Amino acid sequence: MEFLKHVLPNGLEIVAERNPKAYSTALGFFVRAGARDETDELAGVSHFLEHMMFKGTPTRTADDVNREFDEMGAAYNAFTSEEHTVYYAAVLPEYQVHASELLADILRPSLRLEDFEMEKQVILEEIRMYEDQPPFGADEKCRALYFGEHPLARSVLGTVESISALPVDAMRDYFDRRYSPQNLVLAAAGCVDFDRLVATAQSMCGHWSPNAAPRKSVPAIPAKGFHVEPKALATQQYVIGFSPGPGCLDDDRFAAKLLATVIGDDTGSRVYWDLIDTGMAEQASLGHYEYDDAGVFMTYLSCAPEFAAENLQHLHDLLANVGQDPVSEEELAQAKNKVSSRVVLGSERPQGRLFVVGGDWVQRGEYRSVRADLDAVSAVTVEQVAAVAAKYPLTDATVMTIGSLAEVSRPS
Amino acid sequence: MDWLESAAFTILVPAGSIHEPPSRCGLSGFTCEMVLRGAGERDSRQFINDLDCLGVERNEAVGEAHTRFGSAMLADNLPETLGIFRDVLRHPRLPTEQLEAGRQVMIQELRAVEDEPAQKVMLHLRERHYPDPWGRPSQGNFQAIEAVSLDDIRAYFQSAYQPQGTILGVAGQVDWEPLKETVGELLGDWAPRPCPDIVETPRASAYTHLDYDSNQTHIGIAYRSVPYRSDDYFLAWGAVGVLSGGMSARLFTEVRERRGLCYSVYATHHTLRDRGSVFCYAGTSAERAQETLDVTLGELRRLAAGVEEQELDRLKARIKSALIMQQESSSSRSAAIARDWFHLGRVRSLDEINQLIDELTAERINAYLRQNPPGEFTVVTLGPQELEVPLGVS
Repeated sequence: MEFLKHVLPNGLEIVAERNPKAYSTALGFFVRAGARDETDELAGVSHFLEHMMFKGTPTRTADDVNREFDEMGAAYNAFTSEEHTVYYAAVLPEYQVHASELLADILRPSLRLEDFEMEKQVILEEIRMYEDQPPFGADEKCRALYFGEHPLARSVLGTVESISALPVDAMRDYFDRRYSPQNLVLAAAGCVDFDRLVATAQSMCGHWSPNAAPRKSVPAIPAKGFHVEPKALATQQYVIGFSPGPGCLDDDRFAAKLLATVIGDDTGSRVYWDLIDTGMAEQASLGHYEYDDAGVFMTYLSCAPEFAAENLQHLHDLLANVGQDPVSEEELAQAKNKVSSRVVLGSERPQGRLFVVGGDWVQRGEYRSVRADLDAVSAVTVEQVAAVAAKYPLTDATVMTIGSLAEVSRPS
Repeated sequence: MDWLESAAFTILVPAGSIHEPPSRCGLSGFTCEMVLRGAGERDSRQFINDLDCLGVERNEAVGEAHTRFGSAMLADNLPETLGIFRDVLRHPRLPTEQLEAGRQVMIQELRAVEDEPAQKVMLHLRERHYPDPWGRPSQGNFQAIEAVSLDDIRAYFQSAYQPQGTILGVAGQVDWEPLKETVGELLGDWAPRPCPDIVETPRASAYTHLDYDSNQTHIGIAYRSVPYRSDDYFLAWGAVGVLSGGMSARLFTEVRERRGLCYSVYATHHTLRDRGSVFCYAGTSAERAQETLDVTLGELRRLAAGVEEQELDRLKARIKSALIMQQESSSSRSAAIARDWFHLGRVRSLDEINQLIDELTAERINAYLRQNPPGEFTVVTLGPQELEVPLGVS
């Protein structure tokens, strides 16, 4: 494994983890554009724009784009989060040049009005689909309440209203601002010919003009609260909770991940034994997620409505007790084994490494090898886990429950 | 696959939903839930702890013919993990005191399906398309799960968890001889039992609407195809690939890209041992559901007129890439090995599949489609309003 890096004069960064023995090449553009960069009028534009990127360029129709990816047999797609939009393709090494040219070309889309209006219908269908399935939008509502005025409060999908009202010119402006080369990272993993990748990027992207497109970083002032959302359609009752945790620049994040694994992994954790093994809940978990200027622990629970109050109280007690009943050496060792094994298994495919290498670079400007991540996990001590648990009380949360119940008593 | 650090196995046990007594639908899933609650020397906690310490990523699933146990791990931990699963297959504790917890897990799973309309519509579609017992949902139903006793589980375990019909597929960083020895020691003296016969009951219904107060209407369409072991399989598979496989495929292009009717639309080939089907799904706003159904059915019918060489070329490129990339994952290879063994009684090498793909031509696929045009559709919709399903579809 070898890490390689190059920066074009216009600011576009190219990073690669080269593994000459790999069978495939994974390529992706990581863009610093996501829900947090939007305003109320633009709610959902980052995600809508992600769809529009496949709708053609001055030299390619939408059919051409899909057809060419398919002709290479590429495994390709895109996704949008609060902070990033990612376009990726995994191909056989012989297609590296064609795939990287195609990805680069779609990053300068035509954004034609007719395509915009057609794709708007698809986006509206996607929003309606999520409204019909668990947790019925409670994740976005709870996020909004927790983050309040902070940009991370924003919804990735937007709303039927914001998308319906969005003019194409607003999307074009947003694109011009956010898709500046300084906001782009071209990442690659697997069997990569780095010199050719740089040459492709230079010829395809070298002329893209840079303009300053900074992101506002502001401290999060998380809210606490308990909210009940009635949803008559739901059979099960769902619970989402957000509480503070270390962010992406904080070295405590490894201890935070291990804490979340011990307390709320989907198997073998404290939450698992109390709520899942007993059949009290269908799902119950705790995870840690990191952003530029914030980090969160997120709890998720789904169960029959008649068990909801009891489960909520039980979960609350489990989270509140981490101080009195700290994570033991045994629990930590077990969590380390589990996390390390997942890191190794997840790294076998170049596509798995692409998301880590590109994600680390776009978020922190840092390359971390598999070994470095394994070492960081292995070095965490029970004292560090206890310190994280003490610094970020898991019950300092905004909690929302959605389902058929009109009232649910707040755990205490 | 000595370029990998991992090893993976897939165990298929002949405990699928087709083997359940009709009044005990869901018994395979319930039994699977119980065999994982402690086996051999390990109680349920020790079982999970030991697998966690070995870094085993595991998953289980119940299908019509099998219960599948899948595990991936660092290669060094393979023998020890196989030892743990020997106990699961042969010496589960089936603890009385955990029966009710296990039942709750099953009930929670059934309730969760009620909140997933896209999944629910496809479960109903399968049930109406295949003759019973082939279309049974693996989750069972509330009444049957409530009725299951520990004696039911013990009896089912006794008859279904047995070597005859069990397949173990292993892939990754593995040495064959030591593996053979390990498995021989673990499972060599496992006594076989007779396999029960399957009795079929026809269950044809052309169109069913299920009322549901959702934003979207969920549409499921099925039609008959051939199974994996048929000589025509790759022809049928190629035709489905032209419909749905990659973003340049027909359903995605016509239903989503050109008309903006859907976010999600697909068709997939499903195979049992002796028969196969194509299942299609589309989810769309209630007021556009009729148009979506009409356009989708139109595309299925148009398939009979044939596919084009370029469409097939794209499909070939996709499958060839996928086959090469399969070598980067021990899990997917172990699953493919076990599946091949069940359907064919042997494992197809990647070279052999490559050759079969190379031999596909539009002409051969079109000859197949002329003989087997998509038709006699089974349709299920789930949503606020019933649709008009054109006569003659059934």
